[in-house]
Amino acid sequence: MTDGIVAIFLLAGATFVLLAAVGIVRLPDLATRMHASTKAGALGAMMIMAGVATHFFEQPEVITRAIAIVVFILLTAPIAAHVIGRAGYFLGIPLWDGTIKDELRDSYDQKTHVLKSGFEDNSPGKPPSERGDTHKDRTEN
Amino acid sequence: MIGFFCNVMLALAWVALSGSLTAMNFLAGFVFGFLALMALQNQVAVLDGYGRRLLRFIAFIFYFIIALFKANFRVAYDIATPVWYMKPGVIGLPLAARTDTEIMFLSSLISLTPGTLSLDVSDDRRVLFIHAMFLQDEEALRSELKDLEHRLLRIMR
Repeated sequence: MTDGIVAIFLLAGATFVLLAAVGIVRLPDLATRMHASTKAGALGAMMIMAGVATHFFEQPEVITRAIAIVVFILLTAPIAAHVIGRAGYFLGIPLWDGTIKDELRDSYDQKTHVLKSGFEDNSPGKPPSERGDTHKDRTEN
Repeated sequence: MIGFFCNVMLALAWVALSGSLTAMNFLAGFVFGFLALMALQNQVAVLDGYGRRLLRFIAFIFYFIIALFKANFRVAYDIATPVWYMKPGVIGLPLAARTDTEIMFLSSLISLTPGTLSLDVSDDRRVLFIHAMFLQDEEALRSELKDLEHRLLRIMR
């Protein structure tokens, strides 16, 4: 019974890690690669840890370590994804050709590095999605 | 936070008094301490709303795990099949979260979900820019993220 649950957890976790690796190879640009690598990988690692905790059910010290590992993955994975994605974006690494909109490009000033929100005039202004100029397709610069 | 600390202390007291240091006994002490704090929360100012908040927090964990799996399967499906269904793009999400802590938790949770990656916050902290992988239905994505934010803020405020 327990072995079956452990097997399911380990197989599912390994599948997610494998898919993350395939995603890094197949996906077209940096931002979409970050979606696959850090998150599917993190979920896979967490499921493997769940399998470990189930297998060593009678040893609380293993379970607490497994929980600690899951917590630290949850703490670090999104920050790594965010920082790598952000650095890549602002260094000007081009997005994939199939990208349908980019509201950040118009709000960001390349010279002063000021990132506007579109609410600056303090009136109940429109969010960037409703400003007319942002619906245009992204242009290469 | 103070309420949670009190609850852990009560659980430790339960463990010390009952004399068996096991995870199950600690959990039992935590549940009894929680019930005691529930009974007290209307009289003690620092505990105000603690019971509701902890229950919401537990509900939020389950909600987030389900959302995490759904999003993972969606991304995994797109990776595993030859054709690209994704329509990636960067959108600006107006924030209801105001303080640094709230924005940090929200952007981390958004980054943790596959399919959405928080890129940056505008300088006045009113808009969070998100790279999303599936923009077929932008309104649905926005309302999903707003729902996540609403649930998070109900716990934190």
